[in-house]
Amino acid sequence: MNRKIALFTTLLLAGGALTWIAVGNMGNNLVYYWSPAEMKTHGSEAVGATIRLGGQVVAGSVKPGSPLRFQLSDGVASVDVSTTEIPPQMFREGIGVVVEGTVDANGLFTSNRMMVKHDNEYRAPKPGETVDQEKMKREMEQLFAEGGK
Amino acid sequence: MASARGMDWEHAVGALGLGLLIYGSYQGLFVLPPDRFMGDVMRILYVHVPAAWSTLICFTVAFVCAIGWLWRGTWRWDVAGEAATHVGLVFGVLLTCLGSIWARPTWGVWWDWDPRLTTVAIMLVSFGAVTALRSFVDDPERRATWSAIAAIVSYVDVPVVYFSVKWWRSLHQMQSSPSTVDPEMVMVLRINAFAFLFLAIWFIARHYRLIRIRRDAELGELS
Repeated sequence: MNRKIALFTTLLLAGGALTWIAVGNMGNNLVYYWSPAEMKTHGSEAVGATIRLGGQVVAGSVKPGSPLRFQLSDGVASVDVSTTEIPPQMFREGIGVVVEGTVDANGLFTSNRMMVKHDNEYRAPKPGETVDQEKMKREMEQLFAEGGK
Repeated sequence: MASARGMDWEHAVGALGLGLLIYGSYQGLFVLPPDRFMGDVMRILYVHVPAAWSTLICFTVAFVCAIGWLWRGTWRWDVAGEAATHVGLVFGVLLTCLGSIWARPTWGVWWDWDPRLTTVAIMLVSFGAVTALRSFVDDPERRATWSAIAAIVSYVDVPVVYFSVKWWRSLHQMQSSPSTVDPEMVMVLRINAFAFLFLAIWFIARHYRLIRIRRDAELGELS
């Protein structure tokens, strides 16, 4: 009998906890990264603090060099990013990235940790396409080293 | 108990699982094309995702067994729950290592505290704690009840692991579906998923027999 009371109490508690996590407003307290627009609404509050910023690499914005410069956009706002890290091999225009770092008063985001987000699509190369990971890696290193050219 | 003549049924399931794993992994490694952006690294999908599914299945079995013990009070529920928890932990650690190996070349990091990875870490620590709790309680009946309660509480995190990528922004991508994966890749993923499922059944059944012997010996000493 004691065991059954324990069972119902625990199930009730567990169910309650899960419901609270699922429908409770945890999203606001559990934000893994800010979008550029969200960072901008925080204005000067965001300056100097370590933050994670996520968005898409804007087409045509990548400036090779060390540090590497590019723009990150969420479709609403965009932020200039400067990173001291060689990008992961999948880095390219249009891909989602998460950068960790700080933003200065001029709105330049300096990052020392960059992560590339990939989507849930897995596709074979199109006819005639090849994938060469060593080449991708070399391209990233070149992208990073071509400063001042 | 293991019979002197003939084979325990679970060995057939295990052999089937191993056979499928060899076939599926051969297909995934050598026959199927690489991903057009990720290259050969993507092939780890064929073991990472099945490892994830079997981890969640094992912990679900442990959850059902915990309810079974508290409801019925028969020892097989307790023994099966302990076996499923252990096997779930093994697959969970494997899942995390495989994910980490995949993450380094694609995301650029071995680990980050994104919602998916954080909730998986919580899940493994929780069920690890359930296992640890067992060694702290001497009375078998009290041990079974306490670890069943702990397993049910730990299980709260399992649906959260699954939905974490839908509910919150994360670095980890959302679940794939047949519409986001090329059909031949889906096929091999399914083959390996069944391979891992059969291996999990094999492990749990073997481990069940071992724990059963220990439990019977322990209960025999008490009476």
